[in-house]
Amino acid sequence: MAYLRSVPRVWREREIKYRLIGGACKNCGKRFYPYRRTCPACGSEEVEKVKLPDTGTVEVFTVVRSPPSEFAEHAPYVVALVRLDDGTLLPAQITDVDPSEVYEGMRVEATLRRYRVQGEKGIIEYGVKFRPLI
Amino acid sequence: MKPLASIIGYGAYVPRYRVEAKEISRVHTGGAERAPVRQKSVPGPDEDSLTIAYEAARYALKRAGIDPLLVEALYIGSESPPYAVKPSATVIAEALGFSKKLYGIDMEFACKAGTTAIISVAALVNSGIIKYGMAIGTDTAQGRPGDELEYTAAAGAAAFLLGPNSSDAVATIDYVYSYVTDTPDFWRREGEKYPMHTFRFTGEPAYFHHIISAARGLMEETGLRPEDFDHVVFHQPNVKFPQRVGELLGFKPEQLKYGLLSGEIGNTYAAASLIGLANVLDNAKPGERVLVVSFGSGAGSDAISLTVGEGIERVRDKAPTVAKLIARSKLVDYALYLKYREMILR
Amino acid sequence: MTGMRRVFVAGIGATRVGEHWDRSLRDLMREASLKAIQDSGLSKKDIEAVYVGNMSSGFLQGQEHLGSLLATWIGTPGVAAAKVEAACASGGVALHQAYLAVKSGVYDCVLVVGVEKMTDACTGDVTDALIMAEDQEYVAFTGLSFVALNAFVYRYYMKKYGVKQEDIAYFAVHDHQYAANNPLAQYPRPITLDEVMKSPLVADPIRLLESAPIGDGSAALVLCSEEKLKELDKDVHLEIAGSAVATDVFSLHERADPTTLLATVRATRKAFSMASIEPRDVDVLEVHDAFTILGVIHLEDMGFAKKGEGWRLLKEGQLERDGGLPTNTMGGLKARGHPVGATGIYQVYEVALQLRGEAGKNQVPDPEVGVAQSVGGVGGTVAVHVVRRVR
Repeated sequence: MAYLRSVPRVWREREIKYRLIGGACKNCGKRFYPYRRTCPACGSEEVEKVKLPDTGTVEVFTVVRSPPSEFAEHAPYVVALVRLDDGTLLPAQITDVDPSEVYEGMRVEATLRRYRVQGEKGIIEYGVKFRPLI
Repeated sequence: MKPLASIIGYGAYVPRYRVEAKEISRVHTGGAERAPVRQKSVPGPDEDSLTIAYEAARYALKRAGIDPLLVEALYIGSESPPYAVKPSATVIAEALGFSKKLYGIDMEFACKAGTTAIISVAALVNSGIIKYGMAIGTDTAQGRPGDELEYTAAAGAAAFLLGPNSSDAVATIDYVYSYVTDTPDFWRREGEKYPMHTFRFTGEPAYFHHIISAARGLMEETGLRPEDFDHVVFHQPNVKFPQRVGELLGFKPEQLKYGLLSGEIGNTYAAASLIGLANVLDNAKPGERVLVVSFGSGAGSDAISLTVGEGIERVRDKAPTVAKLIARSKLVDYALYLKYREMILR
Repeated sequence: MTGMRRVFVAGIGATRVGEHWDRSLRDLMREASLKAIQDSGLSKKDIEAVYVGNMSSGFLQGQEHLGSLLATWIGTPGVAAAKVEAACASGGVALHQAYLAVKSGVYDCVLVVGVEKMTDACTGDVTDALIMAEDQEYVAFTGLSFVALNAFVYRYYMKKYGVKQEDIAYFAVHDHQYAANNPLAQYPRPITLDEVMKSPLVADPIRLLESAPIGDGSAALVLCSEEKLKELDKDVHLEIAGSAVATDVFSLHERADPTTLLATVRATRKAFSMASIEPRDVDVLEVHDAFTILGVIHLEDMGFAKKGEGWRLLKEGQLERDGGLPTNTMGGLKARGHPVGATGIYQVYEVALQLRGEAGKNQVPDPEVGVAQSVGGVGGTVAVHVVRRVR
C-alpha cells in the first residue's frame, strides 16, 4: 500500500525509530514513547525530549500467528509491551528468541534490526527491537 | 615512530544462530565432507551486516564511555552491505547519535576491508582531522549452496573506536603496513549473488603470499621479530591456514591461541581478524604486544602492530566478551539456515 | 438532556452477515437501506440526509465518498451525505451523527447505514486494515496485529484479577447459542467450550473461536422526529433516549489501566444520564465482543459488574434471555458477525427487534429499555445508545 512505500515517511521517522527518543512530561511526570509535544496522559504541552534507557523488562507479550502482510514470512514472532528501566512502557518486537523462551519479567535490551523492506527494489526500514541481554 | 592513534573502545558481535558443518555435509555430500570448521554463525532473519555492525559499534561506544556526538568518523569495511549503493555508515551514525560533521564511508576489499578501515581512521586521528572515529569490519557472507565455501561463510562484526594517544587507552596502534597485488583468487561480479573462487590458487599465491609479505614488511621496517609479540591474529578462512602461516612466519601456536576462532564461528570475512583481535583484548594484559595480519582476496594484507594499554582492564567488562557472544548459540538445521539466509522465500 | 426535540427509530433493515461473494459493498448498503426505508413506512423522498458508517472502504475497495455514492444508489441523489469513520465504532458513531442531525432540528428524517465488505480481500489484507485502528507509525510498525493488542488486554486482565481463560472464553459459547435462532447470523450454530479452547491460537492466548469472524454485511436505520413519526401508523414507538460518544488515550500502552476502557465508562455515563437510567434499568444489552475478553470487560466498564467480576455474570446465567441482564441476544459480534463498520447499527437493529417483540426464539420477556455499545480500536472510541420503547 502507498503508506508502506513512502520514502519521506521513513526519513522523517528515523530519529525516533533508530534511537528510542521519548517524551518526559514536566507537568504530570509521565514518560512515553515516541516523543511528541502533547502529553497523552494530561494534555500538557510542557514535554521534554529525552533519550530513553535501552534496557527494560517484558511486562506482557503475545505470539503473532496471523500477521499483517508485510510480516508474513517472519511469523510466528513475539510482540510485547516492554517496561523500560525509567518506567516508560512501549510496544516492541522481541527478537533472537524462540516464542517458548519468552516470559513476563524477562530482561531485554534495545537493538537495531530490519523491520521490513519496501519490496525488492525499495528501501529497508530499520527500527528498535528488543532481545535478551547477552 | 610515535603510535598512530589509540583504541579507546572495542566491541564485537556474533549472531546467535549456528549451523554445524556436519549438517551442511549431510545435505550435500551424505556426510562425507571433512569439515574445515566445526560450525559457523548464521544471521537471524531480521539481521544484516548493518545491524550486526550496529551491535558491535554499540558495545565499542559503551566501553569507550564517550558522548557519541564526539565521534566524527565512521568507516565500515564489508563485502555484503545491504545496499550496493547507500552506505551502512549513514544509518549507524544516526542510530548511535554520532556527529553530523562526519567522515563516513563504506569500503570494500574482501576480508581486509575492516583492517583498512582501522588504518584509515587512525590516519584521520593522527593527522588531527578528527579527534575520535570508529572503524568497523562486518559481513554476512554469502555461501553458494553446495560449494566448499558454504561451510565457512559466516556472519559477524567488530568495531573499534579510535582516539588520540593516551596511556590509559585500551591499546595503541603502533605500526601499520599494507601489501597489495592484483591476484584474482576470489571475486564477485556486479549483480551476481555468490562469489567465485579458485580452489587451491587461493592458498599459496593469495593467502600465504600476501600475509607473509605484509607481516615480514612490517617486521623489517620496525625491527620487530615474531618472539616480540605476545599474540598474533591472522585472517581465518578456516583453521588450518592461520596455523600454517603462523608456523611459516616463525610464530608459536600459543601466540595464536586467543585470536583463532573460526572453528566455532566460521569465517566472518571482514570481521574475522578483528573479532580475533577483540578476543585477544578480552584476555590480554597491559604492555603485551599484538600483531594482526588480515587478508582480503583480490588481493592484499594489512599488518597492524598494537600494544595493550593500561585502560584495558577498566573497560573490558562494560560489554559482552567475545567468549560470551560465542557461547550464546542456538543450532539451526539446514532448512532453517536457508530460510534465515533468505534463500527460500514464502 | 438538552432541548425538547425527541428522536425516534422509525425503520430498521439489515442483510444477513456472511461471505457475500455475489454482492458488492454498494449492493449491501443499498439492500439494508431500502429495507429500512420500507420498514419505516416513509418514502425515499422523506430522507433528507444519509450517513454511512464504514472503516475500510478506501483500503479494501479503493472506494471513498460512500455518502454520496449511497444517495445515488438508493435513488435519493441531492440529499446531505457523509461517510463517518471511527474504526470498528463507525456504525455507532454514524448513528450518533444521525441522532444529532434530527435532534438539532435541521433535519426531520435521516437514514444511517453501517456497511463493511471484508471478504473481497485475503486475510493478510484484512489484518492490515484492522490494525489501522491503532497507531500506524509506532504500534503497527512493530508487527502488532489487532488481535495481538487484545491479547495484551487478556493477559493483563487474567493476571490482575486471577481469572481463568475458560471463564472468559465461555462468552463465545453464549453468543453462538443465540445466533442459532437468528436468521441473519453468520454462524447460526451452537459451539462448546471445548471447541473454543481447542481452536487454533491466533495471538496467544486468544483462540480463533474467541475472535469475531471476518464477514460482509450492512444494517440500516431510519431516524425521524416526533412530528414525522406521528404521520406514520406505528404500534410501537422506539425513542433514542441516550446517545453518546467518548474517547480514551489513543494507545493502550499509554493508558493508566489496560483492563479498563475509559471511553466505555464515559460514553455509558453520559448516555445513561441523558436517558435518566441506571444499569439496573437495562432490559436488553448488546456489547461489542470483538474478543471474548472485551465482552467481559465491557460489562464491568458499563457498570453492570465490578472490575474483575464481569465473567461472573456470564457464569451465573445473568446474560441469558431470561436472566437479569439479557446480553447479545442475537449472537453478538462473535456469532452474528462483525462487518466492522456495520456492527454498531446491527446492535441497534437487534435491540429494536427485541423492543418490538420480533426476536422470535430469542425474545426477552417484555423489554422496555435496550442499550447498544459500539467500540473502535481497543477502546479508542466508544459509542453508547439507549433505546426506549415509549408506546
